[in-house]
Amino acid sequence: MLVFLVRRLLQAVMVMLAVAFIAFLMFRYLGDPVNNIVSQDATQEQREEVRKRLRLDDPLILQYGRFVVNAAQGDFGVSYRNSRPVSALLAERFPATAELVLVAAILSLALGIPLGIYTALKPRGVLSQGLQILSLVGISLPTFVTGILLILVFSVWLGWLPSFGRGDVIDIGWWWTGFLTATGLKALILPSFMLCLFQLTLIMRLVRAEMLEVLRADYIKFARARGLRNRTIHFRHALKNTLIPVVTIFGLQLGGLIAFAIITETVFQWPGMGALFIQAVNFTDVPVMAAYLVMVSLLFVIINTSVDLLYNVIDPRLRTDQTRATGRGA
Amino acid sequence: MALLEVENLKVEFPTRKGVLTAVDNVSFSVEQGEILGVVGESGAGKSMTGAAVIGLLEPPGRIGGGQIRLDGKRIDNLSPDEMRKVRGRHIGAIFQDPLTSLNPLFTVGKQLIETIRTHLPMPAAEARKRAIEWLAEVGIPAPDRRIDQYPHQFSGGMRQRVVIALALCAEPRLIIADEPTTALDVSVQAQIIALLKRVCRERNAAAILVTHDMGVIAETADRVAVMYAGRLAEIGPVARVLQKPSHPYTAGLMGSIPRIGPRPDRLVQIEGSMPRLTDIPKGCAFNPRCPKAIAECHHLRPELRPVADGAAACLLYEGVTQ
Ligand SMILES: Nc1ncnc2c1ncn2[C@@H]1O[C@H](COP(=O)(O)OP(=O)(O)O)[C@@H](O)[C@H]1O
Ligand code: SF4
Ligand SMILES: [Mg+2]
Repeated sequence: MLVFLVRRLLQAVMVMLAVAFIAFLMFRYLGDPVNNIVSQDATQEQREEVRKRLRLDDPLILQYGRFVVNAAQGDFGVSYRNSRPVSALLAERFPATAELVLVAAILSLALGIPLGIYTALKPRGVLSQGLQILSLVGISLPTFVTGILLILVFSVWLGWLPSFGRGDVIDIGWWWTGFLTATGLKALILPSFMLCLFQLTLIMRLVRAEMLEVLRADYIKFARARGLRNRTIHFRHALKNTLIPVVTIFGLQLGGLIAFAIITETVFQWPGMGALFIQAVNFTDVPVMAAYLVMVSLLFVIINTSVDLLYNVIDPRLRTDQTRATGRGA
Repeated sequence: MALLEVENLKVEFPTRKGVLTAVDNVSFSVEQGEILGVVGESGAGKSMTGAAVIGLLEPPGRIGGGQIRLDGKRIDNLSPDEMRKVRGRHIGAIFQDPLTSLNPLFTVGKQLIETIRTHLPMPAAEARKRAIEWLAEVGIPAPDRRIDQYPHQFSGGMRQRVVIALALCAEPRLIIADEPTTALDVSVQAQIIALLKRVCRERNAAAILVTHDMGVIAETADRVAVMYAGRLAEIGPVARVLQKPSHPYTAGLMGSIPRIGPRPDRLVQIEGSMPRLTDIPKGCAFNPRCPKAIAECHHLRPELRPVADGAAACLLYEGVTQ
């Protein structure tokens, strides 16, 4: 287990170094950083002066090293656009995205798994078939279309839910949360639903397919032969075996949720990191873009590593440190 | 009264091209504590017969007729939940592949305990004690330690021992063992069969033992049933059937002529192959391959009737003369 952990951590560090390198290259090649700092009519000398001061004439590898060390301390420099430290900007935006993604992730699991089980156990029911068709729609409609439809129905026509913003947020020290106010919670409903829809349908279809597969397995037949109750067979024996692929997909999709949050945040003017990133792209605000890239990659790496660890919890066959196959021939 | 009585059992599969009959009018009984061997070529309907008895036919397969009685009470028309209570508690089953019969994500102890407590209400601690006793009973060394291990930590033979413990732990009086050693290493097959026989004998549990191995039948079974194309060809005491088979198909299986000395262990190939369910010949299903076939065999279907100290389904015993 320890060896496994160390190996996974090393891999994670390698990935992050590679990502940092790409982010670093953005600095070098997405326009000249000097241009972004000095005024339009600066002389060549003034430019060289700035270049020296920023130590942009050092060897590439040295600059990269500096970038990595700074980034590791959360220092991504200063935003070109509004001259505030990038880390402060991100810290401000992170809670909004985190809460949105968290709610979407929980929704996709809390709805996707039960619906998947239901459609697998009652494959011929009217409700199951309806859900299957709906899930096809969910998987094939672009998310911004469903987002706009949701706004049209629930904000414009019915006027039940807000169409933009986070509602009222409360400062709890180091985090601004929308979970504690009625308007904050209401504002979460549409964006998180839009964001989770694709994941939700994916998980539902996956659980259904896996469940149908697992129900055909020999150990399920043998569990029936042992006279176990249906409830035990479905929700203990079968479900646990379907969870392994669900964990995989969910881990991958959690990253997807963070990435797709960009679209949701744009549609709902949600003040999160995604919206920040889109602004940064519009203004070629490289420090913000680089920081976003590194942040999101870090989240991906953390999620993937956690998924691998989770496998170990679910599947005893992967716990390599246990005494293995100590059984002799019968 | 016999423990299990199967009367005119039919197992059908509705298909687009009509209803296929996988088990056709099969009747037999199993006495208390008796081991009935079942042999026949692959596809003869052995597994379907067993699945029908334990109520685990997979749809679209269904019982198309006949009765199955346990202790004189019909079990073929029970509700799904009533039948579930029979499974494990009154009739146990062991399948071919021990590697896939155990849920890989649960310890063997957990699987034993849940089976015991499903059928025999008792505190968890007591069920655990029983589970350890069962592991010891089926010859797992250090059972108090092994009980908390997962299936992948056991070898194939050890897993099949666990499967036997699982099938027997709620003390059923009948075990259906469908080729329980086919997937195992040859070196452990005999031990598993010996174990199965011992635990059945000790508990006076009866068994239906499906196997391809005539040696196993000879050593283990009290009586043997021979199936062909979904029908019962012959049934009778094992020694007599092996030495002096009544049915030409059984004789073919034994290597044509009854002989003294070593019997062939494996089923001997008979000229031709068993017909598919879609084109079972009229009359006796065996007639295209039967060396003794007579004219009537092509249009009269033989019924199972008493022959010697058993029964056989062959026109030669129905007074039809050549
Ligand atoms: N789902 C099914 N649909 C149609 N026929 C089937 C199905 N399952 C099994 N059968 C047929 O039932 C017959 C009996 O099978 P089985 O009892 O498994 O044979 P055995 O165990 O003797 O080898 C076979 O001919 C097989 O083709
Ligand atoms: S009935 Fe005829 S074909 Fe069938 S086994 Fe007897 S002799 Fe052979
Ligand atoms: Mg079979």
